[in-house]
Amino acid sequence: MSIEISGVSKRFGDFVALDDVTVSLPTGRLTALLGPSGGGKSTLLRIIAGLESADSGSVHIEGKDATRLPPRRRDVGFVFQHYAVFRHLTVARNIAFGLEIRRRRHLPGSAASRAQKARITARVDELLRLVHLEDFAHRLPGQLSGGQRQRMALARALAVEPSVLLLDEPFGALDAKVRRELRKWLRSLHDEVPVTTVFVTHDQEEALEVADEIVVINQGRIEQIGTPDRLYDDPANDFVMGFLGDVTTLDGAPLRPHDIDVALRPTTAAAVEGTVSRLARLGFHVRATVLTDDGEQVTVEMTRAHADALGLLEGATVFLTAALAVRRPMAQIA
Amino acid sequence: MTDTTERRAVTAGTWMLRLAALAYLFLLVVWPTAYLVRNTFADGLVTLAAALTDPDIVHALVLTGQTAALAVTINLVFGLGISLLLVRYDFVGKRLLSWLIDIPLSASPVVVGLALLLVYSPAYGWFGPALRDAGIDVIFALPGIVMATCFVALPLIVREVVPVLTELGDDQEQAARSLGASEWQTFCRITLPGIRWALAYGLVLSLARSLGEFGAVKVVSGHVIGQTATATVAVESAYQNNHTDQASAIAFLLVFAAVLCLVVVALLHRQDAREKG
Repeated sequence: MSIEISGVSKRFGDFVALDDVTVSLPTGRLTALLGPSGGGKSTLLRIIAGLESADSGSVHIEGKDATRLPPRRRDVGFVFQHYAVFRHLTVARNIAFGLEIRRRRHLPGSAASRAQKARITARVDELLRLVHLEDFAHRLPGQLSGGQRQRMALARALAVEPSVLLLDEPFGALDAKVRRELRKWLRSLHDEVPVTTVFVTHDQEEALEVADEIVVINQGRIEQIGTPDRLYDDPANDFVMGFLGDVTTLDGAPLRPHDIDVALRPTTAAAVEGTVSRLARLGFHVRATVLTDDGEQVTVEMTRAHADALGLLEGATVFLTAALAVRRPMAQIA
Repeated sequence: MTDTTERRAVTAGTWMLRLAALAYLFLLVVWPTAYLVRNTFADGLVTLAAALTDPDIVHALVLTGQTAALAVTINLVFGLGISLLLVRYDFVGKRLLSWLIDIPLSASPVVVGLALLLVYSPAYGWFGPALRDAGIDVIFALPGIVMATCFVALPLIVREVVPVLTELGDDQEQAARSLGASEWQTFCRITLPGIRWALAYGLVLSLARSLGEFGAVKVVSGHVIGQTATATVAVESAYQNNHTDQASAIAFLLVFAAVLCLVVVALLHRQDAREKG
């Protein structure tokens, strides 16, 4: 395990940001800290980076106790939501910053100094290629778009080859289209440079698409840890179920709207009869609101092709059955 | 039709306003300053040359230069420190400190001078006799003059730097630290470049203010011509002794320095705007 957090608590005045959080984040994987705003996920990330200090508990990074270390001794790269670019430095100098800070002192003009300079330049060129900013090396950050700035910030964090890369809502300030592009790009970048990566997001779609593992955090506590599939299909409680996707109820049992079978005739005795009260065509899929005879409002989702095959119309009588064995959250079973 | 009439009405109004502003500026600033320049150069360069060879006037000019250089240096260090304190740290009494810094802007410099006198006067000051016994002259000497000037010019740097530092935020500083920079490296490589134009602007303004300070300096300096009289004090005393041409010559030099400062400020602004793109 690359990052071990045990018993970490943090308060801001009366507000409890983190309440006795214990979690291990695996080496070489991409982990998402997912949760609503104000849930404590960014605080946890900043505590890992050393930008915030925990009131109690400990943080170990790569087996080393980092609880009291300043950020610069933790060997972590940090990417901020609003990029935190060095505005007065060119893209290349931004990326070189960490390397120049670590530079050994040599006599100016000496062979050792020249060799060092050449090494830094080579490394910066390599990173510029990695984030596709080769043509922008000598621009100032003010001349870049948001997505380009964030890629530059990522290259800057990767330059010093940190053992852990931390990203705080890295795509939160970008528009939806760029965000989707960068998401894909981050995933492929991680496959190329498999450094342990932790990123904070409040967007469940982003977490499901990008992460190997998701840690759901709410109100300063960890709700569940697991792979995207496990969290989606096997949520530990109502909060996780509701946060990771849409939830509806059929016969009082919570389930995903796409896990309901719709038929025009009763298929089993357990089928629930109802009337389609609203039909929304949302591109690839269709969302139907069905009012059952018991007065329950059920949301059902299906592909457009399936809806067309059924000839589904508003006002039609339909029969609903749960497509899979109803998954009650584990907490309710236990 | 309505469009043109409206535009004509606006133009007329605009012209009236422009004329009023120009007349006001002319009567208040341009004419008196021009008169001062004409007075100085009425006999060609004779007046200026005479003033620049008078040892008392030279002494006053040198003293003003020394005072301004010292005051600006001291204010640079403390102004920067106070600005960082006000923006980057939270502490009890922060608002009080911020409010105290504005006092020199609102209080009359004469009050400042008198207050310093009450504390440091060798005869009856609260702190003065002890200092005198230690062999340190504050009042009627360079330290007092520098202190008065520092006091008066302090807010100029702080008020320039604080908004820029606030706007800059501490994101970049945090990023630098996470990339391995020490506090000192962060300050030199990130914070200072971020505020350099504001700082330079504040420095020039505070230099201009230091060169021109009169009230506070007059009270604490004892205005002994040839010893503790600064340029501004020398202007007044020359004028009172009916050496109008001498007064004009020194005043011209002060105006010249002020204009130089304004030119530097304008250039700094242009540089700043260019970098912001």
